[in-house]
Amino acid sequence: MSAKTVDKIATGVIMCVAGFIIAVLLGLLGYILIRGVGHISWDFLTSAPESIRAGGGIGPQLFNSLFLLVLTLIITVPLGIGAGIYMSEYAKPSKLTSFIRLVVEVLSSFPSIIVGLFGLLVLVNKFGFGFSLFSGALALTIFNLPLMVRITEQGLRGVPPQQKEASFALGISKWKTIRSVLLPIATPVILSGTILAAGRIFGEAAALLFTAGMSSPRLDFTDWNPLDDRSPLNPFRPAETLAVHIWKINSEGLAPDAPQIAAGASAVLIIMVLVFNLGARALGRYMTNKFTAAK
Amino acid sequence: MERSVNMERSYNKRQEAKPHIAEEWVGKIYTFICIAFLVITIFSMVYFVASKGLSTFIVNGVNAFDLITGVKWNPDIDIPQFGALPFIFGSFSTSILAAIIAAPLGFCAAVFIVELAPKFGRRFLQPVIELLAGIPSVVYGFVGLSVIVPLFRDLFPGQGIGIAAGALVLSVMILPTITTIATDALSELPAGLKEGSYALGATRWQTIYRVALPTTMPQQMTGIVLGIARAFGEALAVQMVIGNAPHIPHSLFESTSTLTSAITLSMGNTAMGSVQNNVLWSLALILMLMTFVFVFIIRFLEGRKKL
Repeated sequence: MSAKTVDKIATGVIMCVAGFIIAVLLGLLGYILIRGVGHISWDFLTSAPESIRAGGGIGPQLFNSLFLLVLTLIITVPLGIGAGIYMSEYAKPSKLTSFIRLVVEVLSSFPSIIVGLFGLLVLVNKFGFGFSLFSGALALTIFNLPLMVRITEQGLRGVPPQQKEASFALGISKWKTIRSVLLPIATPVILSGTILAAGRIFGEAAALLFTAGMSSPRLDFTDWNPLDDRSPLNPFRPAETLAVHIWKINSEGLAPDAPQIAAGASAVLIIMVLVFNLGARALGRYMTNKFTAAK
Repeated sequence: MERSVNMERSYNKRQEAKPHIAEEWVGKIYTFICIAFLVITIFSMVYFVASKGLSTFIVNGVNAFDLITGVKWNPDIDIPQFGALPFIFGSFSTSILAAIIAAPLGFCAAVFIVELAPKFGRRFLQPVIELLAGIPSVVYGFVGLSVIVPLFRDLFPGQGIGIAAGALVLSVMILPTITTIATDALSELPAGLKEGSYALGATRWQTIYRVALPTTMPQQMTGIVLGIARAFGEALAVQMVIGNAPHIPHSLFESTSTLTSAITLSMGNTAMGSVQNNVLWSLALILMLMTFVFVFIIRFLEGRKKL
């Protein structure tokens, strides 16, 4: 076989593989959306789940997921950006720094279930937070910190060094330079990275099974006092999130319409993730155009 | 007179300088606390999981060698048997099989993005693949359970659950990791290498196969190992499609378990501190040690980068 024929065959195969991957993704999304969207209704999104009867909704789970996301971001973003700034601006090249880098790398490749188990042992039992939104948020923070650090570092590295030097030349202190020169320029990268991380937090389940718990108490959506047991805003109540709910009804669901609920909930989850993804892209592009001279 | 004014000015200046110094310290201390939190967290994580996992051997007197090589898992009978080999086998077989499926696909996708159709690839295929990375693992599990398992049940003997279904679900999950790294590696390839090959009359495929692939081999391997690491630690998607029977299967379509699925299923049903519970922490410890192994393999591969 001549080299040219081989080349043609290889090109064809690669084209087919690319087409196949696109088909898999479209099939995956299409399957989830077609099976699930029909089940989504206002009632499904707002009513409480039923354990044995048909017709249960995902209202509390959806709320828990969103609330947990907000809690996690409140903790993760300042910590992650701080650690990222340290790694990119303060850390001097030394043995210690490369060791910290290794530690961050190890943490980022830890399976999420290990983070969940650590949460169970330390946050839930030792610190006595119990199965609660707060434990879940801390576990997710641990899980997402390495990503946040990497995003921040990436954003800061993208800042032209001249900007930093100009600021130093004006006699502005390092911290002030970081805050008012570097961070604003790095914001588009950091923000779109954070939104992607938010998508990951939203869909995470393994780290939450043993930290935020697998049950949700009856919530009273008229009670907005965060200290009440039945208030949705109480961070120290157990909370089953949407992703955990999907897992639970798939493995031990008793309701007769469990497959439909799973399909509907998956569709909601996918739509949210798509919104996060496309939102991150659009926002990143918009901010880059707005903040920089790039056309 | 003038001199004293000058002195006063410089004195004032020193006064003004103080808040700046304080501000510097705010920044230094704040960022240091953040990074210290991260480092302390990971150390306590290793410490707590290791101490819990080792207590199976120290407190409960289970033989570590028996745990790793035993094939019988009966935690609830009178003389409980803790043989975790089925789980270890399940974890390795699913994740390696997933990498075998995903690696060629990922490489082809990367070639497509970088060499064949950069415009379409970068604008369409790459975002599509990145989107795959964003899909939550429970959704993969759900799709696996409602599409792949019934399909395998019809095509092959058995229930459809098992290593094959788990590996297939995992391969889609790790495809983005492998593709992204392969794409980066191929696009970092110096143009001169490729042009030299073309100038010698090589076809595109010869250039890819003989020049691009060998030169970027360490990065390609890094991507594959990262994929295996991710598959190894994945819990829920695998747990949903693998069947969860605690023995080594005779075929790819027979129910079995992985380390993660065993932990997920039993952790909630055993009492803290009992031997049945501690042995699950030992499984977690194995999982954690494997993570270290993967990280060191990746470090080693990165050191062998040829570019």
